[in-house]
Amino acid sequence: MVVELGHYALILALLLAAAQAFFGLAGAALGRERWLAAAPSAAGGQFVFLALASAVLVNAFVQDDFSVRYVAENSNAALPLFYRVTAFWGAHEGSLLLWIVVLGGWTMAVVARLRYLPAAFGARVIGVLGLISFGFLLFTLCTSDPFARLLPAVPDGNDLNPVLQDFAFAVHPPILYTGYVGFAVSFAFACAAMIEGRRDQLWARWMRPWTVIAWAFLAWGIALGSWWAYYELGWGGFWFWDPVENASFMPWLVGTALIHSIAVTERRGLFKSWTLLLAVAAFSLSLLGTFLVRSGVLVSVHSFAADPRRGVFILVFLIIMIGGALGLYAWRAPGMRSPAGFEILSREAFLLFNNLLLVISAAVVFGGTMAPLIADTLGLGTLSVGPPYFNPSFLVPILPLLSLLALGIHARWRRGALRESRRPLLLTLGLSLVLAMALALGVYAHPMPLTPIGATLGCWIILSSLYDPLDRLRRGLRVPAPLLGMSVAHIGVGLFVLGITFVKSNSIELDVALKSGQSAQLGAYSFRYEGVENIEGPNYDGVRGSVSVSRGGRLVTVLRPEKRRYWVQGTVQTTAAIAPALSRDLLAALGEDVGDGAYSLRLQYRPLIRFIWLGALIMAIGGVIAVIGRRQRASALSGATQAMGLPAGAAAQSPGSRS
Amino acid sequence: MTARRRRLYWVLGILAGVGIAGALALRAFEQNVMFYFDPSKIAAGEVHTGQRFRLGGMVEKGSVLRTPGSLEVRFVVTDFRHSVPVHYDKVLPDLFREGAGVVAHGRLDERGNFIADEVLAKHDEKYMPPEVARSLQQAAASNAASGDAALATGAASRATGTAAAPALAQEPR
Repeated sequence: MVVELGHYALILALLLAAAQAFFGLAGAALGRERWLAAAPSAAGGQFVFLALASAVLVNAFVQDDFSVRYVAENSNAALPLFYRVTAFWGAHEGSLLLWIVVLGGWTMAVVARLRYLPAAFGARVIGVLGLISFGFLLFTLCTSDPFARLLPAVPDGNDLNPVLQDFAFAVHPPILYTGYVGFAVSFAFACAAMIEGRRDQLWARWMRPWTVIAWAFLAWGIALGSWWAYYELGWGGFWFWDPVENASFMPWLVGTALIHSIAVTERRGLFKSWTLLLAVAAFSLSLLGTFLVRSGVLVSVHSFAADPRRGVFILVFLIIMIGGALGLYAWRAPGMRSPAGFEILSREAFLLFNNLLLVISAAVVFGGTMAPLIADTLGLGTLSVGPPYFNPSFLVPILPLLSLLALGIHARWRRGALRESRRPLLLTLGLSLVLAMALALGVYAHPMPLTPIGATLGCWIILSSLYDPLDRLRRGLRVPAPLLGMSVAHIGVGLFVLGITFVKSNSIELDVALKSGQSAQLGAYSFRYEGVENIEGPNYDGVRGSVSVSRGGRLVTVLRPEKRRYWVQGTVQTTAAIAPALSRDLLAALGEDVGDGAYSLRLQYRPLIRFIWLGALIMAIGGVIAVIGRRQRASALSGATQAMGLPAGAAAQSPGSRS
Repeated sequence: MTARRRRLYWVLGILAGVGIAGALALRAFEQNVMFYFDPSKIAAGEVHTGQRFRLGGMVEKGSVLRTPGSLEVRFVVTDFRHSVPVHYDKVLPDLFREGAGVVAHGRLDERGNFIADEVLAKHDEKYMPPEVARSLQQAAASNAASGDAALATGAASRATGTAAAPALAQEPR
């Protein structure tokens, strides 16, 4: 009976979402204050029922209720408790519920900060969020009910896919979704601004912290996913240009353009309609990502079972949401022109180029992701697009973007007075050239053509970001939080660029068959295969190999890669052994017994690979610092930090805060 | 230079940039897009020698041959109508096994061997690459037309069975 309770809770949540949308939008349109007040209450009620439904589903997993189809397909009595809980989002139905719950969480955060917004505007935001929630709840109930029964019940479940039985997986989807769905809030703010036809730029100020926090979560979520793929899929790749990776990467690219464009709109009142368009685009790409992943039209690790009804439903929903928003845009945007101007080489101009290049890069990814789908639909044959397309094409907009980033940091608002910043420019560029040559030719020899360029850009971005804060400190001035946040985020970009540069130019990968006692040489490191032993875990058995790595005759580490066989699904799973360090990763993965006493092994040396994830994490931290700092500066702004569950103390302790 | 003129240069510059980026992306796309072929299409001569492409089908039962103590492995990919011998010298993925679906990237050599540089078997055991499932169904249909009914139903049931069967319909292991 408890399970049916979950189902009813979802139906009630659906009705409340409808009420929330109606009272929010109609109340604001007709100016009825009672209706305005009802919208947040409906949102609260909806969230309560969503929480109840989630609790019911978690309970079904914990209690091993295999009369629920979703539980039976994704869990097993032998599965450890932790993974029985995270199996919640192990497949389609549950991750859809997670999407809605996260949207509910964001809505509640907006409700908590509603007093900082004009009543009608806030109600419209809540109303649009209710509309989105309504669509997704309807989708869940019609096509993907997680509470559907399986009668007669099976004695034991089919187990969670072994690659998902992992800690990073447990946290990756919720964090990624928090970012993904967070753009719904930016979208709702943009729609509210367009409905009202606002001519001021206040909406940009209100929208900004929400967008930055969503963007930071998305960066963090993508990095976690990449890290998870790196160690869990077992073969040492960290980015595959897989359609689902692209689906989360495109909104991030557009979101990055958006947070820069909002800055110009808020500060100078420029780019208003462009900012609105980007907000619509970022969320549309999130929706498209959901469509690509959930409809099963694209083939990937993440695509769950294909069901054409689901695809059609999401497609219709997509057309209504995006079409509606674009219609609003066509109606309102022409009234938003701004008389202000700016000179070439001013900061506005650099940010314009930033936006242009980021949108081009998103378009490059979009083209490669959609091409197979379009070719298939038009009957042009089955084709696939992989790294050989994405890698060089993506660099075309990204290299100029990174160069302009280092330059643009030194640019002034409004005036194209780059000459005044000649000293810091030349100083940082000269220093980075020296550093980059030392790295590319000295520390990591055998460079490829792009190595010195990447290394120079990475160093230049980091040094340029450090210059302003250090200069202020030297002159005894405070470093305001927005500047600090921006600098930190850009340092993250620099670290990321350095990481990618050296991983791409200096990694060594070797597939080899070794008998116990034999060695293989990877650069300075010698990998010696010692043999295998049998192992047994809670729900699997297998073999564990042992590979000792030495450098210059000194033992560095012993890697113990595993090959596991999970009993329930009979799946064989490679678990790579990785010795991480800031400067390099060493990886060994076990292949199979190839006869004659030998085992096949995959061995890898990857320099600076940690910088990739570290860089992404630091970018996200930069965003959070900027938002918290703003909140400190003017608590009347609609910040998102408190609602996002950050303790009040964190804000007070943030360095460089202004009183 | 008037403001209007300057804006014109700006727009032209931006358009040129976008144009160049687009042209480069299209070129990269043209050169690097990979088409999919199944053994029947290869037998029909649709593939040029030297062209890199994706081959899909089932790993024929009993066809996997290893050189003991080395990575070299040979196996046959079939759609139950035609088959192609494959050579590979790297670590095989976890889900690679005889009688299961597989997709390989590589080129044909002049003797008709497929030299693979990457072999993929997906992470989900229930999963059959959709293009492989489609190939097997097509092969089954044309087999049925040529009167080879037993083979045809075998291939068809394998194709649909592995591609679409709900998880719980699978036999307990």
